Amino acid sequence: MAQIMNVIEATGRWVRFRIEEAGRAGRFIEEAARATVSLRSWFPNATLQMRRLGVDSLPIGLLIAVFTGIVLALLASYSFTGAVPLYFVGTLVEKTITLELAPVLTGLALAGRVGANIAAELGTMRVTEQVDALETLAYDPDAYLVVPRVFAGTLMFPLIVGVAMIVGLGAGWLASIGFLQLSTDEFLKGARMFYTAFDVEYGLVKAASFGFAVTLIGCYKGLRARGGAEGVGNAATAAVVYSAVMILVLDAFWAMTWLHGRS
Amino acid sequence: MIKWLDVYKAFGEKKVLDGFTLDVHEGEAVVIIGYSGAGKSVAIKHVVGLLEPDRGTIEVDDKDVPTLPRKELYELRAHIGYVFQFAALFDSMTIGDNVAMGLRKRGELSESEIAQRVGETLELVDLPDVQQQYPAELSGGMRKRVGIARAVALRPKYILYDEPTTGLDPVTSAVIDELMIRMREKLGVTSVVITHDMRSAYRVGSRIAMLYEGRVRQVGTVQEIQQSKDPIVRQFIEGRATLEDGESHSPTKPGAAIAGGATARGGGRV
Repeated sequence: MAQIMNVIEATGRWVRFRIEEAGRAGRFIEEAARATVSLRSWFPNATLQMRRLGVDSLPIGLLIAVFTGIVLALLASYSFTGAVPLYFVGTLVEKTITLELAPVLTGLALAGRVGANIAAELGTMRVTEQVDALETLAYDPDAYLVVPRVFAGTLMFPLIVGVAMIVGLGAGWLASIGFLQLSTDEFLKGARMFYTAFDVEYGLVKAASFGFAVTLIGCYKGLRARGGAEGVGNAATAAVVYSAVMILVLDAFWAMTWLHGRS
Repeated sequence: MIKWLDVYKAFGEKKVLDGFTLDVHEGEAVVIIGYSGAGKSVAIKHVVGLLEPDRGTIEVDDKDVPTLPRKELYELRAHIGYVFQFAALFDSMTIGDNVAMGLRKRGELSESEIAQRVGETLELVDLPDVQQQYPAELSGGMRKRVGIARAVALRPKYILYDEPTTGLDPVTSAVIDELMIRMREKLGVTSVVITHDMRSAYRVGSRIAMLYEGRVRQVGTVQEIQQSKDPIVRQFIEGRATLEDGESHSPTKPGAAIAGGATARGGGRV
């Protein structure tokens, strides 16, 4: 009986903690949304964040795109095994890169780079009382710290993903002509065959939602950090894990709500 | 005037403030002493709205801080300088930018006027040549002085010092004490100083209040505290491990401080 009570108590505590956490997260989002009104407070900082979160993240996005493009071309050729005309390599590379792999793989990589960076930076500011210092100087931490990062992430993720799409396609094309003896015309024929502008639109909107989620989670976890170096480490880890999970959830969400049913 | 009236604050099960009442009059330098974890930092964080009380009122110039709308709270904060225990300088900014932060936010001065004010303020704390350096390049004592400069750059009416001499050698502590006295004399600011360094308390305080078990145990002039008959106060000011009758005494109640922890507005909800 005592054991059953312990299990019930533990479950109750867990549920209560989760509900409280959801409440805190909801309040955090509400406060951040309210802070967007004060454009003068956050916009000057946004350009700096766009460079830090966006431009500085470009190399990792491009590196992923290059290898993804090469692997996709070779994988397609291997899978077709002569039954499917080889120019469909272009189709597969284009569809897979733009619809799925450029946004998701880049998003996951940036969840590590950007999410952990934000959580560690804001976490350190929190535990060293720099966030409190901002408040005492009459700065709103939401406007000064959160909004510029979320704005920069939402804007810059699609930009990085857009470049990654081009580079990934380019790498796939080079791999096709280099390893598969496919001509440029054949590769382009395949790539154009089923291309629609929606492919790019879908990938970029998805990327924007990933940027929004990764930066928001990084800010939330960072500003919730407690207890010195260990707390900052935990915040950074949690930011990466939650961001990665959220990217996969959003990926499924967009597929079910926007992609599903289109033909 | 700063006024705490019957303030209660607990973090979970830990009661930190338990009916804390204290007045700070204009022009005074009130020193709050007490054991580590007694709730001294928690008490002054309420003054700038970094924490909200569970019960009780905190008034600054007759404004009830916990009930102030956000905009008015930020306006009030512009009149209160806060010197953090470990300075809390923005480590990605130069010292000059750190000191200029509050001035830029206020938006009343041009960039050249801000630069002039920053220079004057850094001279006031005897650090005229550090504007282009970063906090990591300075010693602990210098960082604390920059923290004071950042707080006074806005020419506030009140300054709250959170353990300004903790962790410093005696000579640097004396320099910081002199600075606090200079700020009061030159700028006429009202100060609240938190410390457990009695030498510093006697030097800078016009009144001293001892915080014990969440409330003020005794408050009085330096002389009154020095001549206190209260055994708890005597034990603290004389730095003894036991009470006068030899009875051992645990100073940890009512709970370890969570001074750097959860904050209410902006901080507490994140």
